[in-house]
Amino acid sequence: MPNIAIQASGLVKWFGEGEAKTMALSKVNLEAQFGEMVYIVGPSGSGKTTLLSVLSGILRPNDGKVLVEGVDIWGLNSDHLADFRLGKIGFVFQDYHLFPRLSTAENVAIPLILKRKEWDEAIHEAEKYLDIVGLKNRAELPPVKLSGGEQQRVAIARAIAAQPDILIMDEPTASLDGDTGQAILSFVKKNVLNKDRCILVVTHDDRIYEFATRILKMEDGKLKGPEERVA
Amino acid sequence: MKGILRLAYKLLVNDKSKFTALLLGITFAVFLIMFITSMFSGVLNHASSTIINIGASLWVMDPAVETVSNSVGMPDYVLDAVRSMQGVKYAVPLYSGGALVKLADGTYQSVTVVGLDDTSLFGRPELIEGKIEDIYAESGFIVVQDAEFPKLENPHIGSELELNDHRGVIVGIAKVATSGLFGIPTLYTTYERAIQYIPNPRYTNSYVLVEPKSASDIPQIKQQVEALGYRARTKEEFMQKTADFFIYETGGGTNILIMTAISFIIGLSISGQTFYTFILENLERFGALKAIGTKGRDLISMILFQATFTAFTGYGLGVGLCALLIWLARLRLPSYAAMITYSNLAIAFGMVVVIAAVSSYVAIRRVLKIEPFDIFRG
Repeated sequence: MPNIAIQASGLVKWFGEGEAKTMALSKVNLEAQFGEMVYIVGPSGSGKTTLLSVLSGILRPNDGKVLVEGVDIWGLNSDHLADFRLGKIGFVFQDYHLFPRLSTAENVAIPLILKRKEWDEAIHEAEKYLDIVGLKNRAELPPVKLSGGEQQRVAIARAIAAQPDILIMDEPTASLDGDTGQAILSFVKKNVLNKDRCILVVTHDDRIYEFATRILKMEDGKLKGPEERVA
Repeated sequence: MKGILRLAYKLLVNDKSKFTALLLGITFAVFLIMFITSMFSGVLNHASSTIINIGASLWVMDPAVETVSNSVGMPDYVLDAVRSMQGVKYAVPLYSGGALVKLADGTYQSVTVVGLDDTSLFGRPELIEGKIEDIYAESGFIVVQDAEFPKLENPHIGSELELNDHRGVIVGIAKVATSGLFGIPTLYTTYERAIQYIPNPRYTNSYVLVEPKSASDIPQIKQQVEALGYRARTKEEFMQKTADFFIYETGGGTNILIMTAISFIIGLSISGQTFYTFILENLERFGALKAIGTKGRDLISMILFQATFTAFTGYGLGVGLCALLIWLARLRLPSYAAMITYSNLAIAFGMVVVIAAVSSYVAIRRVLKIEPFDIFRG
């Protein structure tokens, strides 16, 4: 596997037209390698989430190119793009977006079911990932019966269930207290990050910076200043 | 795909309150549609009871006849003329009229008297007691044992009754396929006795029942009867003519149409609104599914499955509820005029399909419009 996971160049994205036009990304270049846990940090409205969305294939840029493992993802049609997201990217959303009417195991099994695995096989496999995040004994419970930290771990289990090469985490500690947030990111770094996986984290929680391998700062739609290598 | 549909099923049925509301909406709509159309079908069926029970394949009548119960007498030569027509195997007269039976307490009960051809007894009912040849006995009548039977004080073989000041004797008890619409008992006797007992205008022949040599002879028989100034109608045409009268001349059809449309609108409103609310409440999750990598066609399959599953379950429950209510009503009123026909089932099914299609269309549009990016933005 080539070592470069994501290579983005000249990314431009704006919202609105005319006087209402807002520049979200302005000529952004970025490269992330496998084995890295890259943080994109910056104030609210700086374009972090927009950048993450463009890199993960859910928001089309107005200009620029995104190569994931050498594939120009914005050259793919919508079906192939969906396949790409399902196969290559794992998402951990800020509000988890777990299905309250499904059990924890069923939530984790969703990407596997979408990949056309048999239901029972998908649930069985999901339980393995719940075991990895330490929640095997919660498999039958609905997510609403779990604490915030546990729900975040379920979201992580769902994100890695399809064994993606790239994990996208959007404000993973936004709904958690400091200790739980640190525990989650510590867990991710120890158990989820490996040499064949790249993790991109958008956050403005400086309490978890210690877990990044590299920190990129964003401001006004641009990556600013020198990169900070943490580890 | 099975897994995706199972996922859709779980998302639907695990939301018990919404699913129940959806089911109730569709069940109620189907029940209303089914019940209204079943009542009307029952009324039409009972209105054609004489046609069904007699069973002749071709009926000759006066052109002014609108329903089988409102016959217009024809002169005797019509019978002779029909018998001599090409393609006619045989033709017999039928009398159908009303009379009054005096009950033991001195009150009177209306009855329908059907006079069968003396020679052939064509159109005779199936006897459950007695022998058919006893109809030729003096003052012999056969009584139909249906829901109206008790109105004649539950007569048995040998019971005497006073009919239009004539003596009548019950010689047989019969059953028929369909009871009449107007809630009065039916007596069978011979044609000659019927016209003897019941005061009549100049012409006594209500209908001429025709058996064609073959089905292909029917068109030419109809032409010949028309040339004579009368009408020949097949059993189905005569039933349709009777049905048309009730649908178009009495306003019944319009009422049924309005009630069915109202049921449909109620069903569509409740189900459509509830399903749309269900989708709206799950919109973020559908967005999350899209972000994860669900294709548009998979989302469409999920929504179609949810709408179809709910619609068909509601359809089954609605039809079942309607059947149960008709069954319960018949325990109390054996001749209760409501019947579930294939047409009723098809109408209700069609409307359920429309409800499911409209609900899914609105939901699919909403889900396909959601951008996964909105999920990231929160």
